[in-house]
Amino acid sequence: MANAAILPADPAIALQRARQGKSYWRRVWERLRDDKVTLAVIGVLVMLLIMVVFAPWFTVHDPYTGSVLRRLKPVGTPGHWLGTDEVGRDLWSRMVYGGRLSLLAGVVPVFLALLIGGFLGVLAGYAGGLLNSAVMRLTDVLYAFPSILLAIAITGILGAGLQNTILALTISFIPPVIRISESVTTQVRHLDFVEAARASGARPLTIMRYHILNNVLGPILVYATSLISICIILAAGLSFLGLGVTPPSAEWGLMLNNLRQALWVSPLVAALPGAMIFITSMCFNLMSDGLRQAMDVRL
Amino acid sequence: MAADSRVDVGDKPRRPAGGADACVSGAPSRPLLAVESLTKHFPLKGGLLNRTTAVVQAVDRVSFDVRTGETLGIVGESGCGKSTTARLLMHLIAPDSGSIVFDGLVVGAAEGGLGLRDLHRQMQMVFQDSFASLNPRLPVAMSIAFGPFVHGLAKPAALKRASELLEAVGLDPLLYANRYPHELSGGQRQRINIARALALEPRIVILDEAVSALDKSVEAQVLNLLVDLKAQLDLTYVFISHDLNVVRYISDRVMVMYLGKVLELGPVDRLYRDPQHPYTQALLSAMPSMDPRRRTVQAPLSGDPPNPISPPSGCRFRTRCPYAEGVCATMPPALLSPPDDKLRAVACHMLVPGSGHSRAAVEINA
Amino acid sequence: MWAYTLRRLLYAVPVLLGVSMLVFALIHLAPGDVVDILVPPEVPKEIADSLRRRFRLDEPVYMQYLAWLSRLLVGDFGISFFTNRPVAEELFGALGNTLVLALPAAVLGFLLGVLLGALAAYNHNTWLDKLFSATAIVGVSLPHYWVGIVLVAIFAVVLNILPAQGMGFEGIPTSWNHVKHLILPVVTLSLIPMGVISRLVRANVLEILSQEFVGTLHAKGLLNRRVLYHTLKNAAPSALALMGLQFGYLLGGSILVETVFNWPGSGGLMNLAIFRRDVPVLSATIVVLATIFVVINILVDVLQALIDPRMRR
Repeated sequence: MANAAILPADPAIALQRARQGKSYWRRVWERLRDDKVTLAVIGVLVMLLIMVVFAPWFTVHDPYTGSVLRRLKPVGTPGHWLGTDEVGRDLWSRMVYGGRLSLLAGVVPVFLALLIGGFLGVLAGYAGGLLNSAVMRLTDVLYAFPSILLAIAITGILGAGLQNTILALTISFIPPVIRISESVTTQVRHLDFVEAARASGARPLTIMRYHILNNVLGPILVYATSLISICIILAAGLSFLGLGVTPPSAEWGLMLNNLRQALWVSPLVAALPGAMIFITSMCFNLMSDGLRQAMDVRL
Repeated sequence: MAADSRVDVGDKPRRPAGGADACVSGAPSRPLLAVESLTKHFPLKGGLLNRTTAVVQAVDRVSFDVRTGETLGIVGESGCGKSTTARLLMHLIAPDSGSIVFDGLVVGAAEGGLGLRDLHRQMQMVFQDSFASLNPRLPVAMSIAFGPFVHGLAKPAALKRASELLEAVGLDPLLYANRYPHELSGGQRQRINIARALALEPRIVILDEAVSALDKSVEAQVLNLLVDLKAQLDLTYVFISHDLNVVRYISDRVMVMYLGKVLELGPVDRLYRDPQHPYTQALLSAMPSMDPRRRTVQAPLSGDPPNPISPPSGCRFRTRCPYAEGVCATMPPALLSPPDDKLRAVACHMLVPGSGHSRAAVEINA
Repeated sequence: MWAYTLRRLLYAVPVLLGVSMLVFALIHLAPGDVVDILVPPEVPKEIADSLRRRFRLDEPVYMQYLAWLSRLLVGDFGISFFTNRPVAEELFGALGNTLVLALPAAVLGFLLGVLLGALAAYNHNTWLDKLFSATAIVGVSLPHYWVGIVLVAIFAVVLNILPAQGMGFEGIPTSWNHVKHLILPVVTLSLIPMGVISRLVRANVLEILSQEFVGTLHAKGLLNRRVLYHTLKNAAPSALALMGLQFGYLLGGSILVETVFNWPGSGGLMNLAIFRRDVPVLSATIVVLATIFVVINILVDVLQALIDPRMRR
């Protein structure tokens, strides 16, 4: 392990470093720090978040008012640098404000699914037996639907709107989260150190808290971040179908649908909201890949 | 050669064959751990409705004692049931039948028995894989302190205890307490595991192949550490291993297992010098000889150990035994002590007069 | 083997029951009920209530569920609120149209996926492989409905060589004109299976190439073509299994692409049903699509077990 470049000159510091072990998360952090691509992507996402949250600071026009006189102006029109939509609203404003709902509908369901699915999955994985079977059978029922079908079933029957969209997407993503949490927990459950913890007489909840959670959180988190990119696409897709966010709200999928007729007049403008969905989804994908690589620390 | 030593049972009443194997006792005081007829079968599922299609007879009616202050070595080939026995003793898996009595109290009994939490305060275990035995996300001091912490000790006090234990196993706490398992060598990790096992101040420590995965030099160090700790802390050990040399070094008594059964049991020197059971004889002669003048010429044991799923009827060793006969297939031999040596026990028809084996002595009261 | 198949089939029954219960629960939870949709709100309460009795809406929930389920099982999917025709007719016609899209898309996705994946694996660590990895990430992040729109923008609006939407024929395509309508939607639909399969094939082929027996084959002096044959033979089962699953996804999840291209398939039918609040059509379509998905999954599992005995648990 000795490497002249790494050892600090001062022996006291070296001793201190040797004493203080490097935890797994610290090593993940160090690897992440060296991964330029992932850092850049995270930077882009943060910038996007800031722009979306502080939308009034970044836009000039109101995203809801438009003039039919100014409809479907092309890209590069003075005053509307990305053009206008089919009722004359400034596209740039619509895109920035639309980011709020698109990101919300893309991230919140995964976060909720992580909480609910993670809890159920870890519980099922640790308990085994009947509880495990019950949870997994329930998951199988939800897995009988291709994800978009389930989301459509819920929003189509219960009605459109942001709330139902988030509900539908959360339910769609709970099964995969349960599956991976249960699988990882079952693997960890049978490792020797968990047996040793049981042998010291600890109660199941204590064991889960100190020995299971810190070992399963990593993989589950990485998987959840990879789900975000899919959720963004699905959420926009639902709005595209008219099942998600309702007009006149701004949202990328909804805009994509509204501008479809405009394809013949101004194809570039019509395709723009989709580009935003794509870029955001790709950023989350790259970030999730970067996280996975950083967490793949060879012990 | 065991075939020539006729064991004369004399006036000791003969136990019914096929029944529970005899408990080997002889020491006047009560044994610390008394295991009676311990049995564990693992079902194999398959078929249409996931029914049980076959059964792995991992441990079958095993009985033995562990006396206070001794080291009981358990040897046998892979699959003989040693590790399962260890886990049964620790109650990490529940036995199908049989009882474990710790210091007079029945483990797991409804009233008046020993609860599992109390059992674990008194009996701890060190596993074989030093790395898998430690939580990779916790500093080793926390791993050691976990036991006392769970039993009510406050965290700072538990960590202080962990530091003391680190010193006891020969690791400087200032240097090692906050390290993580992947930053330590195999020998250091196993010391941590020993420290963890001692954290609850147990009376018995079960060592399941604890040194098998270590390099030889490190193995010697850890063995010596174990011997020192045993003397310092008044411990009792159950030492499980497949390495006969190591077992000889550390054990007071040795128990030989095969396919879930106990075949022989006795004080280490006498057992190694004069093994009675054909299997023990084969095992010991399979050890490569250190003396170039007396080289091992042929392999004494032939074939692979048969399947624990469908073990041979009667005596389980008969398929590899050079002295097997008809009675060996019909009746499983009981674990009995010869009359002149109460400290030993062997399960073999050859040594029981009147068993029907051609090499056994003829019964006196025929 | 048959035990495994039977077990899988038996196991599907509770899952499908669960599916039907879920859909029925959703219908029941929806605001308003059948009668609210059928009659204008000014109708006096007694008439509305008598209608409810006629539709058996006053019975306890589980009775309604059982009645609905028993009708489903005999193939009576109810009558569409909008067209007043039996749902079954429209549904199976629409399913056929989706099949016309899904089959070529699955085949195309599979072939291209295998090709790209194998190419990438063979040229491991060259710029080709890096390009593949980059394309793979892009592919997974693309909303495929947006790609459809972009393709329409390019090929229909700008270049004007392919139709922008519509099916243009009934049943199976018989002329180049018919096929022209197929091209864009099929390509769009094939993107996701292609991406998924190519990643799997690349990983599998890489693993096989790194195994020792390939080295032995090379050492024996076998031509590259023979090695190719061997690796493909080993990578084929899991790729085929994945294609089967993807085919199930294509059938059940085609709604987005069908919306973009105005394709009168099961997705388009669902779209209309949502728009018209036509609950019988919507619920029946969902149940049927989910059932097909489950059946395809079972088929894939059984076929896999047939080929690879290790799969039979």
